[in-house]
Amino acid sequence: MSKETAAPTIDIRRSGLGRARGLGTARSGSAHWWAERVTSAALLPLVLYFVVSVLVLKGADHAQMAAYMAEPWNTVLYIALIAALFYHLDMGMQAVIEDYVRKDAQRIVLLLVVKGGIVILALASLISVLKLAFS
Amino acid sequence: MKDVREALMVGRNSEGKLVRRPLSPHLQAYNMVRISSGLSIMHRITGVALGAGTLLFTAWLVCAAAGDGAFSVIQAIYASPIGLLILFGFTLALFFHFCNGIRHLGWDAGKGFDLPVMHRTGQLVIAATIVLTLAFWVIAFLVG
Ligand code: HEM
Repeated sequence: MSKETAAPTIDIRRSGLGRARGLGTARSGSAHWWAERVTSAALLPLVLYFVVSVLVLKGADHAQMAAYMAEPWNTVLYIALIAALFYHLDMGMQAVIEDYVRKDAQRIVLLLVVKGGIVILALASLISVLKLAFS
Repeated sequence: MKDVREALMVGRNSEGKLVRRPLSPHLQAYNMVRISSGLSIMHRITGVALGAGTLLFTAWLVCAAAGDGAFSVIQAIYASPIGLLILFGFTLALFFHFCNGIRHLGWDAGKGFDLPVMHRTGQLVIAATIVLTLAFWVIAFLVG
């Protein structure tokens, strides 16, 4: 597990006060934590709406699908769903990757690849809904 | 130690000596059949599975935007036996993550940490997941 077992010493630049207060990296950890909870809360009603919309659209043909997405409320709720869902997924996958991939280079590459994929999926979903809504 | 993250592992014992903090036990120390650790890892597994499932979601929307032909193909794939099986798994993961997500938000608000309560809400999550998934599929077959 660890290279040093007995009596470690510290020679990094972290102030004694910071350590005493148990402060972390003083970067964006708590904002990340909050955003994850906020998207979770937003997803509760949005996912219920999505589940109902899937039942409504079961077996729909293209004309019915297009008409559904062109209803302003459906357009808005689908866009809100896409935003919350992919934002939540991005943060969730980041947490998972950071937990399991120890090597810096591997972790950074994987984080970027996954984030890139999520952004592409989010944009593709968003543009598709907009196209259905406005044509 | 030179790595900042390593510094977070350093604490003092009751005699004031610098020590390396203990880590939580290795995975094998947990009995995953127990409701607590089992559901905990299931939240992560379903989260990642749902992430893969967004491919189905996006494909559905992109095909709809592409036009009539593409949309009828994807609707037919999702209505095929294999499609339905995959969608069944997707709904199961979604309803589990949804219900257990509520439990997580409760913990974040500082509620529900007592062991008996935690076991009860855990059982509730399992029951609600099954009920919601079955209800969804019963309705899906009734409406169509
Ligand atoms: C139904 C609404 C949802 C709620 C209430 C919800 C709630 C949560 C919460 C509270 C967490 C943090 C768990 C923790 O503290 O470890 C989380 C993690 C996560 N969620 Fe969701 N979620 C929802 C939907 C989704 C969806 C639709 C996806 C995928 C597209 C998703 C993917 C993830 C992922 C990948 C994680 C990270 C797992 C981990 O860190 O262990 N969630 N979710």
